[in-house]
This record gives sequence, C-alpha cells and structure tokens, in this order.
Amino acid sequence: METIWFFLWALLWTIYFMLDGYDLGIGSLLPFFSKNENERRVMINAMGPFWDGNEVWLVTAGGVTFAAFPKTYAVLFSTLYTPLMILLFALILRGISFEFRGKIDDRRWRRLWDGCLTLGSIVPGFLFGVTFGNLFQGIPIDESGILRGDFFTLLSPYALLSGVLFVFLFVVHGALWLAVMTDEEMHERSLSAARGAWPALVSVLVTFLVSSALTTDLYQNAINRPVLFLFPVLSVVALIATRTFIGMRKPVQAFASSAIVILGTGMFGFTGLYPNMLLSSLNPQFSLTAFNSASSALTLKIMLGITLVVIPIVIAYQSWVHVLFGKKIRLEELKEGESY
Amino acid sequence: MLMAGELMDVLTLSRLQFAVATLFHFLFVPLTLGLSVLVAIMETKWVRTGDETYRRMAKFWGKLFLINFALGVVTGLTLEFQFGTNWSRYSMYVGDVFGSLLAIEAAVTFFLESTFVAVWFFGWNRISPKLHCVSMWLIAIAANLSAFWILVANAWMQHPVGYVIRNGRAELTDFWAVISQKFAILEFIHTIGGAYILAGFFVLGISSWHLLKLQNVEFFTRSFKIAIAFTLIFSIFEIAQGHMNAEILQETQPTKLAAMEAHWETRPRAPLYLLLWPRLDGEMNAIEALPVPGMLSLLATYSTQSVIKGLKEWPAELRPPVLPCFLSFRFMVGMGFLFAGLSIFGFYVRNNLLAYPWFLKTLVFAIPLPYLTNEAGWILAELGRQPWIVYGVMKTKDAVSFVSTAQVFTSLIGFIVLYGLLGFADFMLLFKFARKGPQK
Repeated sequence: METIWFFLWALLWTIYFMLDGYDLGIGSLLPFFSKNENERRVMINAMGPFWDGNEVWLVTAGGVTFAAFPKTYAVLFSTLYTPLMILLFALILRGISFEFRGKIDDRRWRRLWDGCLTLGSIVPGFLFGVTFGNLFQGIPIDESGILRGDFFTLLSPYALLSGVLFVFLFVVHGALWLAVMTDEEMHERSLSAARGAWPALVSVLVTFLVSSALTTDLYQNAINRPVLFLFPVLSVVALIATRTFIGMRKPVQAFASSAIVILGTGMFGFTGLYPNMLLSSLNPQFSLTAFNSASSALTLKIMLGITLVVIPIVIAYQSWVHVLFGKKIRLEELKEGESY
Repeated sequence: MLMAGELMDVLTLSRLQFAVATLFHFLFVPLTLGLSVLVAIMETKWVRTGDETYRRMAKFWGKLFLINFALGVVTGLTLEFQFGTNWSRYSMYVGDVFGSLLAIEAAVTFFLESTFVAVWFFGWNRISPKLHCVSMWLIAIAANLSAFWILVANAWMQHPVGYVIRNGRAELTDFWAVISQKFAILEFIHTIGGAYILAGFFVLGISSWHLLKLQNVEFFTRSFKIAIAFTLIFSIFEIAQGHMNAEILQETQPTKLAAMEAHWETRPRAPLYLLLWPRLDGEMNAIEALPVPGMLSLLATYSTQSVIKGLKEWPAELRPPVLPCFLSFRFMVGMGFLFAGLSIFGFYVRNNLLAYPWFLKTLVFAIPLPYLTNEAGWILAELGRQPWIVYGVMKTKDAVSFVSTAQVFTSLIGFIVLYGLLGFADFMLLFKFARKGPQK
C-alpha cells in the first residue's frame, strides 16, 4: 500500500510539472519573446483557460503528501521554509496577474503585472527544481526532522543545477505549447524559441543525469532492477524526439514529446529515490521513507479509493477543456470575446 | 531581527501569521460561495426565459465574482502550505485524519471549481447556453462542497471524533464519523449561511447604489429582487441555526461557551445579563447588570434549571481569552439580527424601492458589515478553541514547527505587505467594476 502511494504521489507531482510546466514556461518567456501588447495578450491567453486547473494538480499533490505521508509533508515543508515561502509568494503573484492585468487600461499597470507574471513563473520553476534536487540528494535533517543548517545549505550545486534544469524543461515545454496555440509569425517564432533552447536543455539534462550518478544514489535502484533505466532513457529519447518533431514542424507531437521528457525525468528521480522520500545526509537512519512516514492503513485505503475514482474523471474533463480551448488564438476573437 | 527575537517567539508569530492568512483568505471565500449561486440563478433565468437582461446580469455579477475569486484562490494556496511550514508538529500528529480531508477537497471539488471557472469565463461563445449555465452550477456546487471538506477538517479540530491515539499520533478509525458528525454539519451550514448573507448584501448594496443614481433601474431592480429573497431566507435561517451552534458548545466546547458569555461561576439557573463587560484581569466581570434569570441555561439546554459550567471550572491556562470571544460573539449575534431586520424590510418594500432612498443608502453602507461578521465568527471559533489546536487533544504551543524566529518574522512581514497590496488592488477593482455597471 505504501508503495502504491509512493508512486501515486510521484505521479501527481509529475503530472503537475507536465501541465503547469507549460504555463510557467510561457510566463518565463513573456518579456523575452513578446514584441508588443498584442503578442503578450496572445501568450497570456494561450494559458488563460488552463493555468488554474493545472495549478490544482499542485494543490492535490501537496494535499496527498499531507494525507498519505504526513511526516514527510511536515518535515519537508518546515525544513524548506524559506524557499517554499518564496515559491508561494511567487505563485500568488502569478495567479493574480492573470485577473488583474487587463482590468485597468494603463501601460504601467500592465507592465507591473507582466513583471509579476514573469517573476511568478521563473521563480517557481527554479525553486521546484531546487526542492526536488534537495529531495534527490538529501538534506541534513536530524532524527527529529530538524534542519541542521540554513537556507544556503539548501543551495548545493546539485540543487541549483536541478533548478536550472526545471526552468529549461518548462521553457521548451512552454514554447511548444505556444506553438500549438498560435499560427503564422508567432507560431514560427515559438518553434524557433524551442529550437534555440533545445541545445541548452540537452546540456543541462545530460549534466543532471551525470551528476545524479556522481552525487546521488538515484541509479542504485536501477542497478538492482535494470527495468528502471527505462526512465532516464525515456527522457533522453523523448528529448531527441522533441527536436525531431520541431524540425518536422509538428508542434502537437513536439509538445507531447517534451511532456514525456518531463515524465521521464521526474519518474527517474522518484524511482531512484524510492523508498526514501526525504533523505537525511547526516545519517540514513534519519531519512523519511514511504514506510516510516505513511498514514495508517485505513487512511491510505480510503484515499486510494477516492483518488482512483476521481482522478480519471478530472483527467477526462480537463482533457475536454484542452480540446475545447486548445485552438489557435486569433487576435480578433481575443478583442471581441471574453479573454484576459 | 533582534527585536523580533526578543519580543515574540515562533509560536506567537506563527499564530499571527495564521490569523493574517486565514482572515484575509476569508475576505474572499464567502462571496465566492454565495455569488456563485446567485449568478447561477440569474443565468438559469436567462436560459429559461431567453431574456437578455438576465444574461447581462450573469455577466456583470459574474465579472465581480471572478475578480473576487482570483484572490480567494491564490490565498488558499497559503493555507495548505502553512500547516507544513509553520505547524509541522501538528501535521505529523494529526495528518492521518486532517490531511486526507484537505486532499479530498483538492481532488474532488477544487479541480472541478477551477476548471469550470475557465470554461465559464472563456466559454460564452464556445459552448451552448445550457452547457454554459451548467458550468456555473458546477462552480457553485464545487465551491460549496469545497467549503464542506474544509469545514469538516476544522470541525475535527473543534471536536475530534473517529480517531484513536496510536503510534504516537492520531489515527483515523471511523471516516464516516468524521464527516457526518453533528458539529461538522452545523459548522458547515452556519458558515454557508453567513456566506450567503454576505453575498446577498453585496448584491443588494451595489444594486442600491445604482438605483439611487437611477442608473439601469430595471437591471438593478431585478438583481435586487433575486438577492432580497435569497438574503431574507438565509438571514432568518441563520439566527435559528446559529442558536443550535451555541447549544452544541454546551456539550462539546464548554470553555468556548463560557468565554463568549463571560460566564465565570458554575451554577444552575444561569442568568443572561443584558449589560455585561468582562475584566481583562481577574476572574470576574467589570459590569454585570439587568440579569434575565435562567436565560443562559434555557438558551443552552432548553431548561432554565440546568447547570452551566463557568470558566472557573478550569485552570486559567485552559481558558480561552475571554474578551475577544465575548465581543466577537456579541458582534456576530447583533449583526445577525440587523441583517434579518434589513432583509425583512427590504423584502417588504421590494416593489417600491425608489420610494425609500434612505433605505437604499443604508444598504450601500451595509456592504462591509457581513464581512466583519464573518470574520468575527472565525475569531470566536478559533480563539475560543484555545489553548487547544485540537480541542482536548493537542495544545497549540505543542504544534508549532521548529523554525527560527527570523524566518517566521520575515514571512509574516511578507504576508502583511503582499496581502495588503493585493487586497487593496482587488477591492479597488471590485469598486471600479461595480460602479461601472453592466455592459449594454
């Protein structure tokens, strides 16, 4: 049961990154990509109907961490207090930017919220990476789950690398979603942006996979059970496929491939981590695992029942929303109909 | 941060931060709960009658709904983070019961609400009117069910059931008991009632403002009429129902009951004083006059003879702070009667509103009152539970995280600044679009 929950937990976080990843990516690209107000509106509306529903995957992943592994939730959130508070503030600013930005017709007002949207996209992407980098590598927690160190302890080179990796994963992912949602000139430029960021992503991802071998135990499970090499291999193959589809000018397939890159990378980390959830770098005995931090059997059983019924339904109606609104954005429609 | 370290500890700062985050969040939640239903009613009328005015009503009130909704969503995220960041020992001890309720809220209801808000906002020209209307109902239902799960979680903190202390923590034994206990149901109904009253007065107040200016008279008269029926039902209901909430405290949280009534001595035939003021120091009231004999006993138990426990029954460290509980309770009850009075009068004159400009003016100024009343209710609920975080099971002081004063001090300042600015901007936008009136 604990094992099932560990993988559900891993999957929920990974789905969150696959979905909100493209929002965070487009938000990160906003000032660098857009040339004028019309383009900014197109970019914002390319994620407009989706970002909120996507963010709920974070709320659910967080809630499930709390419900299924309360001890991990408690120790993780309190030891990473400062980065998580910054992350929270950034996400608050991002979320509110959508609603506020278009409500006052003033250039400075829009600039302000564009800035918040960008900051609120780059910072979370980076800090999610730092957080999971810390999880994969381990942090100095003692037997009571108290951090022996400070904010800077959490900024190890590996954690920073993981932060950069997340930002690049999301930027490529976002550029490709933008390519799906636009046509003509913006479509071309979105594809070139993804193409331009691709070599950087390759080098960061490869560095990450190599340094994971050097500084973490993430490959240990795969060495014992080679089928798990599937995930790092999957992420590399999908990365190559992403580039191929960009070259073939097939944005939907390229976007799907980059989603698989995120899936492969995430699951590589989580399967390598199992059964640990929060590694103690002081003493492996202090580590929190899926077993020593799980809720009671009854809670896990009830939660499993609810999750297995509800999540497929959520996926169904969110897919419907993506089909309904996942159409090329036209400027005239933005100006006539309801939009951000 | 030296000053902060000396003056306040992590516990005090974390409590302050929780209060700021939660009270601020609840400035936006009630309007979401109530206005979603009102907009859904308006849109249903449009779909049924094809009358364009109802469509414009759904759009106008829907816009205000969305401005308000945005801040409710982003500040809700804070609450989920906070249990882990600031109350990690609480989360560890009760996560088995409490965490699952939050997770269910997200998976079952918040997904639905957030996804369909987008369908509603972007979908005016993309889906059929019927489906569009169904989206609004889904938002309303999901929002209200979200409230249910959150209030079940809070009710468990107020009156824990269905658990056993095992393996050094509270473990779930009876899920059904947790979600169906009387305390939870009453708390849910009471909170929903308060939210609907707030939304009702919001619509009444803004409609009155436009009616006073004789702008869009037809549009705002109709909005007023829908809202007045709604508000009348819930403001009368709330008084009768609120009484049940006080009554259940007699069995479940006698310290809260005693504190909100400033009732010190255990005695039968406990009176209700019409003039009362508790002292901050010492175990008595500064003013006690005009007693109604046996009234407190009667209200709490339906018998004038019954014994009501006074605060002196418990050592001082197990009593909640009396004055804030006492005041927020009286404010809430007083306002409750005021709202009922206003809505009865409003219903009575609904067909001749323009003849009562003073009344319309009153309603404009009444808009903030349900906000304050909702907040007062939460202050009573949460402060009245002290010193417990889970009543009788875990003390608040044992629940706080091992984090540094500097960390919490910094984040608290961050919340105050950020929320202050966002709150100001949000109310400014609500004000702007409320004044602007509907589109042609």
